[in-house]
Amino acid sequence: MSDLVNAGTAGGDGGKLVGVVLVSHSAAVAASVAELATGLAGGGTLAPVAAAGGDGDGGLGTSSELISAAAAAVDRGAGVAVLTDLGSAVLTVKALLAEGDELPPDTRLVDAPFVEGAVAAVVTASAGADLAAVEAAAAEAYTYRKV
Amino acid sequence: MLDADFFRRWMTATAVSVEHEAERLTALDSPIGDADHGSNLQRGFRAVATVLEKDEPGTPGAVLTLAGRQLISTVGGASGPLYGTLLRRTGKALGDAAEVDEQEFAQALRTGVDAVMQLGGAAPGDKTMIDALLPAVDALGQSFAAARSAAEEGAQATTPLQARKGRASYLGERSIGHQDPGATSSALLIAALAETAGE
Repeated sequence: MSDLVNAGTAGGDGGKLVGVVLVSHSAAVAASVAELATGLAGGGTLAPVAAAGGDGDGGLGTSSELISAAAAAVDRGAGVAVLTDLGSAVLTVKALLAEGDELPPDTRLVDAPFVEGAVAAVVTASAGADLAAVEAAAAEAYTYRKV
Repeated sequence: MLDADFFRRWMTATAVSVEHEAERLTALDSPIGDADHGSNLQRGFRAVATVLEKDEPGTPGAVLTLAGRQLISTVGGASGPLYGTLLRRTGKALGDAAEVDEQEFAQALRTGVDAVMQLGGAAPGDKTMIDALLPAVDALGQSFAAARSAAEEGAQATTPLQARKGRASYLGERSIGHQDPGATSSALLIAALAETAGE
């Protein structure tokens, strides 16, 4: 399902925040990662975050309609960062970007690990960072080694 | 010359073929994929047939572009954006001509196949739909029948290959010995093309 997890709160200076869309084959995974990322972003200003998980029919898969709806829901005019899990989620977002008019202008597929990248993206977007900085923070999550 | 009606009939013939072969596609997708290739394509091409009947696009390019968009929005698996991109890019390459000749179509289809390779990052020999589509495009310069044979041979030749793309690639050597479902459905698409051309 496409869930607007957080509608976003206006920045202190009234600046527009980058929106974050989380695309997973599983509706539960997308919604849970969104919940985790918004929870870890703290209690202050929060960027708009939406989950687009599952095939839209209760099963595992990817729905271009859910992705388009989620991106539209978090678009505040500052760009939208889309994070995906794998396979058809990646390919569907790429295909939608290639369409040209299916996603808001300044929508980017961010190359990042799904969970860690989502946390980094939501935290930086909530801090008022621009799209390039949100993308960089999410991508940087790949370099964080655990062992 | 090939007109919009030819491309509509191609898409309808593909939809019929996918209905017939859905179980086989899903069976091929069971050992090395997630057992949904047949049902995903069935849903997608049913939707393509429906929208083409409803909207009646008037040019070859418009038929394929609409079909591609429909696949992207209805399939729900990786085959949706991949086949959607194939048809949409091919359609865009055909522009808004009312009719195209076979060479123009062959060239446009090559553009579509290139776009699929770019989207999925697959190269020949990776055990994907590319292994059926590229030989088909190469043979399309001769005839539709040659393209059909080339696609079928290409699909069969994926059996001994080890998958290097998609979910099947996680299986490593265990993906060897199974014909690739995507290459198989690509061969169906090209067979439907030859059938539509009466070859």
